[in-house]
Amino acid sequence: MDVLPGLDPRAPLLQVNDLHVEFRTRDGVAKAVNGASFWLNPGETLAILGESGCGKSVTAQAIMGILETPPGHITRGEVRYRGVDLLKLREDERRRVRANKIAMIFQDALSALNPVYSVGFQLAELFRAHRGTSRADAKNKAIELLDQVRIPAARSRFSDYPHQFSGGMRQRVMIAMALALDPEVLIADEPTTALDVTVQAQIMGLLAELQRQRNMGLVLITHDMGVVADVADRISVMYAGRVVEEAPVYDIYERPGHPYTRALLESIPRLDRKGQPLTAIRGLPPALTDIPAGCAFNPRCGYAKEPCRQDPTPPAYAIAPRRTARCHFFREVLGE
Amino acid sequence: MSDPTTLDSRPRSLAGDAWNDLRHNKIFWASAALVLLLLLMALFPTLFTSADPTDCVLSRQHDGPSGGALFGYDFQGCDVFARTVHGTGSSIQVGLLSTLLAGLIGLSFGMAAGYFGGAIDAVLSRGIDIVLGIPVLLGAVVLSGRLSGSGDDGVTAVTLTLGLLTWTSAARVMRSSVVAAKSQDYVAAARMLGAGPARLMFRHILPNAIAPFIVVSTVLLGANIAAEATLSYLGVGLKGDALSWGLQISDAQKHARVAAAPLVWPSVFLAATVLAFIMLGDAIRDAFDPKLR
Repeated sequence: MDVLPGLDPRAPLLQVNDLHVEFRTRDGVAKAVNGASFWLNPGETLAILGESGCGKSVTAQAIMGILETPPGHITRGEVRYRGVDLLKLREDERRRVRANKIAMIFQDALSALNPVYSVGFQLAELFRAHRGTSRADAKNKAIELLDQVRIPAARSRFSDYPHQFSGGMRQRVMIAMALALDPEVLIADEPTTALDVTVQAQIMGLLAELQRQRNMGLVLITHDMGVVADVADRISVMYAGRVVEEAPVYDIYERPGHPYTRALLESIPRLDRKGQPLTAIRGLPPALTDIPAGCAFNPRCGYAKEPCRQDPTPPAYAIAPRRTARCHFFREVLGE
Repeated sequence: MSDPTTLDSRPRSLAGDAWNDLRHNKIFWASAALVLLLLLMALFPTLFTSADPTDCVLSRQHDGPSGGALFGYDFQGCDVFARTVHGTGSSIQVGLLSTLLAGLIGLSFGMAAGYFGGAIDAVLSRGIDIVLGIPVLLGAVVLSGRLSGSGDDGVTAVTLTLGLLTWTSAARVMRSSVVAAKSQDYVAAARMLGAGPARLMFRHILPNAIAPFIVVSTVLLGANIAAEATLSYLGVGLKGDALSWGLQISDAQKHARVAAAPLVWPSVFLAATVLAFIMLGDAIRDAFDPKLR
């Protein structure tokens, strides 16, 4: 693939700045992403954590450039891959970035694999279309990949169709497809949500291993704090389309800097509190058509005072080295 | 499923797998044989009968079957079997070609409207609505009159007329299944993997959206063979010495209470043809759906 204009090998692998995405529907404008920012280095795992509807998946789609437009529109911000703003590229340049540089794993592998083609055919097709590989070579490469994602008897399963695979195996195929063209960034959008718990661990282990081997940057989108703790290096917590806290993984578990993060951590069921009622965050996330003024979390927040209800939203305070939190009262939250 | 140890080096393709499935499908072979027989009859009617379909003698009116005339004689004293066999050609030609034309128009309109959506969809869909708003018979009377030249037998005119007027349901069905397929994750996944619009449309959406279209088209084939009869009956279809099942059926139905055979036999041929194509369409549709293998 030829060089992208403005490509800078020293620039961060992936950098998202002030990304805004809105969905223009008949019922009004839903602001799904409202200034998301984060960065990613090679070999690093960034977890994007948040409830359903907080804009995680939309952010991923915007990075990949597969947002349905309309109704989805990117209104502001930039997505930089090695310094190149992908949002400013032409569609054909953009297409060459996809899968070759940045790839994505979908949540539900069954619906993400084309039901009318055998998995081997779909994989081999990638090599043939992008690399012009011959049929026989493409088949061998595909089998090699299926082996790498540990599909047992890859050679004989090559011609099987997606519906003939189990959930975990399908997700492995999806991973193989995403990794086929050696991307430098892998975005995994809730890769284990559709799987049962034992398979979840296997898939996360596989992802972590493949990432190490290839020194890939991994963006792990999830709502599962348990999954995050084991694999992530850093965490970005999203709420109502904004990154409200950003920190290395151990810092955040030890001492959350945003009331929302803190509430999330407190709501994890714990064995030492057996028999006691589960802690929950009061209320629901705001409707994206009607996000509260000021800090979007203020109606549900125990720390909220007058400034939290006033625009503008709290800035990203640098609360410690490599840590930011969008809360006026981060000191209180940290317990200082 | 083939033996995994003896796989050839080529990845199995959709068409290859479909063929593999079809080879073992009895219904496919039965309908294919029937279709082949009909095509043979259409192309070489003299293989099946040596009688002259235009040799009509009034004294034989409504005579029963005899040595040469398997199905007996009609009102005009013509050999029903000979006329049915010789009518196969124009009936199949009108049915097949008009369905092909309607299918092509319907497929393109439906695909374009469903895939591009927005303004293109709005314009194309209203276009479909307008054509749908034309009463088929009335439209056909006008159109077929304009299209047919003075000397010809009207086969081309009827084919074009039916093709141009009957594609709407196929287009609508295609549009809606393309809309449904387009929003599937695998289309987004294919985009994520760098697929361009043409590849998305023809490799990912089309094979997943075509099944209802095939069903509608096979039904349309039968309907169009029958519609030719209606047009011929109204005097705007086939003309002059032309022979077709439709003409036979419309002629014979006036005397159906006296003599049923001249009505029944061409109807049986028509029904068998429609059935053969519907079964063929069904078998092909099933073969292209991996979940039914």
